[in-house]
Amino acid sequence: MNAIAKDAILTPPRYRCAEVLCAVRANDVVNTDYRLLTLDAPPEVLECAPGQFFQLLCPGTADDQPFLRRPMSIYDFDAQAGSLRFLYKVTGAGTRGLATLRPGDRLNVLGPLGQGFSMHDNWQRLMLVARGVGLATLAPLARLAQARGRQLTAICSARAPEFVMSVEHFRNCGAEVIVVTDTDGSSAPDALHALIEARIASGGVDAFYTCGSARIARMLQGIGAAHGIPGEIAVEQQMACGLGMCQACVRPFRDGDKVVHRRVCREGPVFPLAGVVA
Amino acid sequence: MSVLATRIGQLDLANPIMPASGTFTEDLADVFDLGILGAHVLKTFTPELRTGNPTPRVCDLTGGMMNAIGIPSKGLEHFLTQTLPFWVRYDVPLVVSISAHSYDAFARLAAAVTVPGVAAIEANISCPNIEADGRAFAVRADTTGQVVAQLRGATDLPLWVKLSPNTGEPVEVAQAAEAAGADALVVANTLLGMAIDVETRQPRLGNVMGGISGPAIKPVALRMTYQAASATRIPVIGCGGISTVADVVEFLIAGATAVQVGTATFQSPTTMRRLLAGLEDWLAAHDVASVRDLRGTVALPDAPVAAMLT
Repeated sequence: MNAIAKDAILTPPRYRCAEVLCAVRANDVVNTDYRLLTLDAPPEVLECAPGQFFQLLCPGTADDQPFLRRPMSIYDFDAQAGSLRFLYKVTGAGTRGLATLRPGDRLNVLGPLGQGFSMHDNWQRLMLVARGVGLATLAPLARLAQARGRQLTAICSARAPEFVMSVEHFRNCGAEVIVVTDTDGSSAPDALHALIEARIASGGVDAFYTCGSARIARMLQGIGAAHGIPGEIAVEQQMACGLGMCQACVRPFRDGDKVVHRRVCREGPVFPLAGVVA
Repeated sequence: MSVLATRIGQLDLANPIMPASGTFTEDLADVFDLGILGAHVLKTFTPELRTGNPTPRVCDLTGGMMNAIGIPSKGLEHFLTQTLPFWVRYDVPLVVSISAHSYDAFARLAAAVTVPGVAAIEANISCPNIEADGRAFAVRADTTGQVVAQLRGATDLPLWVKLSPNTGEPVEVAQAAEAAGADALVVANTLLGMAIDVETRQPRLGNVMGGISGPAIKPVALRMTYQAASATRIPVIGCGGISTVADVVEFLIAGATAVQVGTATFQSPTTMRRLLAGLEDWLAAHDVASVRDLRGTVALPDAPVAAMLT
């Protein structure tokens, strides 16, 4: 039964990630909802791919003592500058703890984790459609698109103009940026659908990337199926270990006519858009 | 023998630190060399395929967490052809955790995993027994004795029995496992609990109830370790909320021969590596020649209360 002999394998696997202490360089208020955390990070955690995430051991406060780590997608990584950045929205015990960090404080991080976005050679005209904090997850992707000379259109959705994240970043990466908001109705399903269809008709789209909205994901699945355009999505789920051990963060995916469970932390957080049950 | 070396029945361990079942897979090899551990204890699997519970499967607590993962299992064939081959690369005793919903299925699985490469079987008897109205085997002495006797008859491998804190008769259950042929006791599994989101009024776990683990339950596991070690003659492996070197030492003093580390690994995946180095330092600093010398050395008051043991 035990087919593999003891001496047949056997270098231990290379360490994929590391648990390290980072010093906080800055933790700035971006607006009423968002903050940007910049860490001094060592080289062993900075070989990242866009779409990967870290597990942050968030500090406690007088009101909260978060126990488990909190998964947080990478907003920016720079091995040369030795920096790692997270754009986060203060929503619960973990992020309330993060918000208390001051320059010089230390934060224990585990990463980089999970599978990042792919960018196949024939994906030349890229369209990114994301909403809210999902825009942060796609920020590193824009830099990769620029480095690989791809054409990128970024449709950034938010409830109001002041909460549209990463617009400057996308522009700096050479992307064409289209902002849609709830305030002026441009983010409504019909309007967004028409906008995307118009872009496909005028310039063509080879691949979609999305994060942060189940509604947008379903819309892109429909448009993608109609036009034969592939795509990828970064998804979220409650997590414990972040490494693949605990099986807490599973989500259902369509695989042919079956529904299978996959771990967001390990097989994801980036998945092919078509199979996601959004 | 080295300072950290210990022994569980006939099984020699290089050190007393091992993972708790359900918190350890080959994925941890992404973080450190798993060859340093005293044993490898794998996630429980069942004879049948199981997809697990609805999400959310975990929630955060003060001083711990609660889970209702539901033992997703890919079954026996997957274990033999996919899981087992990975672990053979390590020169570390491999402990396979199994469970089933009936005496017969449990025994057949024990026989099926009695193969080269497996050093011991850990029986997770906290799952529901369909032959006893769905009550877990581990909550009663009689059902514990029956399932352990069946397992004993099915395998010659060392048999570790993992007890549950969700019982009113921990001493009787421990003694029943010993009498039926257990080689060691793992004390203990998670403590049944519940949490509700007061805004939505929904349970915070998809399964409504779940198992509490982490530092919050450490005193419960330590108490049961003391009870089991005092009331039986077989080795006890302490498990429950262990995350620091002092925790390890505390369980050894209470009567444990080794310890399992689980939830702490979720919070800090390098915990076991840190505990190993720290335990050696602690022993040196306290002039203790061997980790074995700590076992069962609690300094009790002169007139211990007998009722505390039951």
